[in-house]
Amino acid sequence: MSTARIRAHRRLQAFRIAVFVLLGLFFVVPLGSMAAYSIRVPGGGRTLEFWKQLGQDPDLRGAIVTSLELAFLTVALMLVLLVPTMIWVRLRVLWMSRVVEFLCLLPLTIPAIVLVVGLKGVYAWVTYFFGDSSLTLTFAYVVLVLPYAYRSIDAGLASIDVITLSEAARSLGANWFTVITRIVVPNIGSALLSAAFISVALVLGEFTLASLLNYNNLQVVINLLGKSDSQTSVAASLASLIFAFVLLVMLSFVGRRRSARRATIVIAPAPQPMKEG
Amino acid sequence: MKRTTRNAALVISVVAISLGAAACGGPPDKKDSDSTTKAASATSAKDLGGMKALVEAAQKEGELNVIALPPTWANYGEIIKAFGKKYDIKVNSAQPDAASQDEINAANTLKGTKRAPDVFDLGQSVALANTKMFAPYKVATFDSIPEEFKDANGTWVNDYGGYMSIGFDTKKVPEVTSLNDLLGAKYKGKVALNGDPTQAGAAFSGVVMASVANGGSADDIAPGVNFFQKLKKAGNFLPVDPTPATIESGQTPVVIDWDYTNAAETAKLPSWKVVVPEGAAVGGYYYQAINKDAPHPAAARLWQEFLYSDEGQNLFLGGGARPVRADAMKSDGTLDEALFGKLPEVKGAPVLLTEAQTKTAADYLSKNWSKVAG
Amino acid sequence: MSRGVRRLAPALGLVPFFGYLTIFLIIPTIAVVVGAFVEKDQASLSNIKALGDNVVLRTLWHSIVLSAESAIIGAVLGALLAYAVVTGKPDGLLRRTVTSACGVLAQFGGVTLAFAFIATLGFSGVVTEAGRDVFGIDLFGSGWLFGLKGLTLVYTYFQIPLMVIVFLPSLDGMRVQWREAAESLGATTWQFWRYVAGPLLLPAFLGSTLLLFANAFAAYATAAALVSQGSPILPLLIRNALTSEIVLGQSHLAFALALDMIVVVVIVMTLYALLLRRTSRWLR
Repeated sequence: MSTARIRAHRRLQAFRIAVFVLLGLFFVVPLGSMAAYSIRVPGGGRTLEFWKQLGQDPDLRGAIVTSLELAFLTVALMLVLLVPTMIWVRLRVLWMSRVVEFLCLLPLTIPAIVLVVGLKGVYAWVTYFFGDSSLTLTFAYVVLVLPYAYRSIDAGLASIDVITLSEAARSLGANWFTVITRIVVPNIGSALLSAAFISVALVLGEFTLASLLNYNNLQVVINLLGKSDSQTSVAASLASLIFAFVLLVMLSFVGRRRSARRATIVIAPAPQPMKEG
Repeated sequence: MKRTTRNAALVISVVAISLGAAACGGPPDKKDSDSTTKAASATSAKDLGGMKALVEAAQKEGELNVIALPPTWANYGEIIKAFGKKYDIKVNSAQPDAASQDEINAANTLKGTKRAPDVFDLGQSVALANTKMFAPYKVATFDSIPEEFKDANGTWVNDYGGYMSIGFDTKKVPEVTSLNDLLGAKYKGKVALNGDPTQAGAAFSGVVMASVANGGSADDIAPGVNFFQKLKKAGNFLPVDPTPATIESGQTPVVIDWDYTNAAETAKLPSWKVVVPEGAAVGGYYYQAINKDAPHPAAARLWQEFLYSDEGQNLFLGGGARPVRADAMKSDGTLDEALFGKLPEVKGAPVLLTEAQTKTAADYLSKNWSKVAG
Repeated sequence: MSRGVRRLAPALGLVPFFGYLTIFLIIPTIAVVVGAFVEKDQASLSNIKALGDNVVLRTLWHSIVLSAESAIIGAVLGALLAYAVVTGKPDGLLRRTVTSACGVLAQFGGVTLAFAFIATLGFSGVVTEAGRDVFGIDLFGSGWLFGLKGLTLVYTYFQIPLMVIVFLPSLDGMRVQWREAAESLGATTWQFWRYVAGPLLLPAFLGSTLLLFANAFAAYATAAALVSQGSPILPLLIRNALTSEIVLGQSHLAFALALDMIVVVVIVMTLYALLLRRTSRWLR
């Protein structure tokens, strides 16, 4: 190796160390401050009092439960809505795939603050039919998670040969319902799991829709709490962040296992040409 | 392929637009078949057969929904407790941090449900803009309320009020005698206003007070905006929402807010003093009304009776708010003189804005407040 | 004709999906666009005219400046971080940790982020107090954290990780062979970047910056939790129009403001899509 190369290499390493240290500090300091702030006692000392409040404060506890329920319902509704649709598009209505993709990615272009202005009218009808529970936020949340879930499920469907699998199943006498639930879904399990995880993280962190539609979810209550009890609210923020972090780390593990276990079934091509429809 | 995609898009748009047009009207009103419609149309206790009958009807309903009543605001915490205990009625206090507009929004969204607010406690603009949502009701003590503080039919009645004041922590900042003291160097980064004047009534009145103290009047809020501009330029204006937590932690050592809100703080922080600037006594009363579609109409009316009774009015006084029946109760001897004496002194003629003046000021503010707060 | 119908029949399976999206996505969007042209139940241009109002223009400008600043700072720092990551072991622990961390931090926004910064640089924040006690400097000042400057700093916190996530694939697409080819022709590091890698990465870099811009422009929750005085940016002005108890009757102004936001975001995303098309040619 020439000395110029060695010098360039050393410069690169110095650059990398500088970047990691400086930016690492920038990211870690607020997180550390949150931890320190939430256990601080004015006048010195530490206490876990504010963390205990997470389980004791009735508003906070109720909001945690509501948000978890919302996350569960959103994932369920998203899966029920999106998975059959996307499979169906790949199998039978391929010419619609561009439209479906465009619609699923549309929420990325429409900010939540804009959506909520238009949703107020729609939600007047929603509360008319479904009552005024915070759980009705599920309908709006499914729209918000759509782009991320779509990308994940799309990647999953692309990695298995849906058409061949379904043709094989159909030729063995399965109906469409069986094909979707017992053939395709188990094979895109990890994609569904990633979509679910991302949706949960998004729902737990959502504030805009809940606050402007006047519902109480976790973030709204944390914000309210910040006005009267800043240390508990910081503890709650840190807790929700840690939870989201754990979720997304589990997500990256699921992703890795997916690439290790590729589910493809190789079938010899059928002797007759495929009939349309 | 392209044509079918385009057709699909066309079909979707047509369906969407037609659904949207149909839905623009809003959902139909839920018909609530109540057996308490008698209470819903009562305009005084007499209509129901007297106070005792009202109390019984309210107790049969068993619950009361209130909204936007923070416990430390005008002593509402104690009032709610006292009412609940006295009549054995459960009070559901929703959204204590909501603003007046949120109360109306909640009433509209929850119309016909059991959780709709029964009563409103609103700022002037929102109250007078929504009188068609109120049910007229004259409490037993209606006649002892001065004319200017009530609607002739009892559609709305002022319940308590106060004057804009400057609250400050004597341990952290020097004594404040007039508003312009706050422009001094000792107050750098220390002066907070309770809310955004383009959004909240308390902050709005704060700017009016600054205006009156600087040569303006109820018709002209510009000097007030200029004062806050100067405050910001001096680095003294703190864009933080003051709460009991920020006051006690010392983050907001000077707060411009209603005198009763500031007075509630003195109870918790003995070094907190409240002063109403001389010659700039800007007053504001809140408007109490009953929701026309209240799910608990009898309980709502009993709540009104309680608020305007001697006991209720003295409870307001306990929170540092001026009860609307103060004059009448003083002459009757039922006013709690000790509490009344604790109220900050008001020197100079009180300034109360009319609806028209509020609107002019609000328009000016919405165009010019961005000069102060970006 | 019958062939068309036979093509259409399976599409009926998509009706639930389309119906759902129509109700909860298409209709609100159309409501916003239509509502901007309505005032007091009549078609009117008054709200659109109000968009030319001084206050609205000033707020729009603030929003654009805030988004641009946080996007550019986030893009530059994020690109540097991405480059630092990409020049390490492709499967190493460092790369995986950094990319997972960026995945989490890019989603870390809203109320929790606002509180993180209040806990750090607020009046009684950990860093502020350290500054006061140890160095005698006042980091809090008159509350700059709660204004535009503070928002820029806080937004950068999630812009940098987002940049890493979006830009890393493009850096990955850089081939080692290009570097070797350039060096074999005698190029210095600077020349390599200036004439080879730079122009190739520029569309991707600009595209990612645009994405960051749109992200910051649309953000609401962080600002809502941090800023309580004034409405310096457009999303907060929408909040004001919807919830103010002082200036009433502004709900249709909120529609116009929302339309304003849609227009800006659509422009930015269109530019982004165009740039994306250019980058995919080279960095496959």
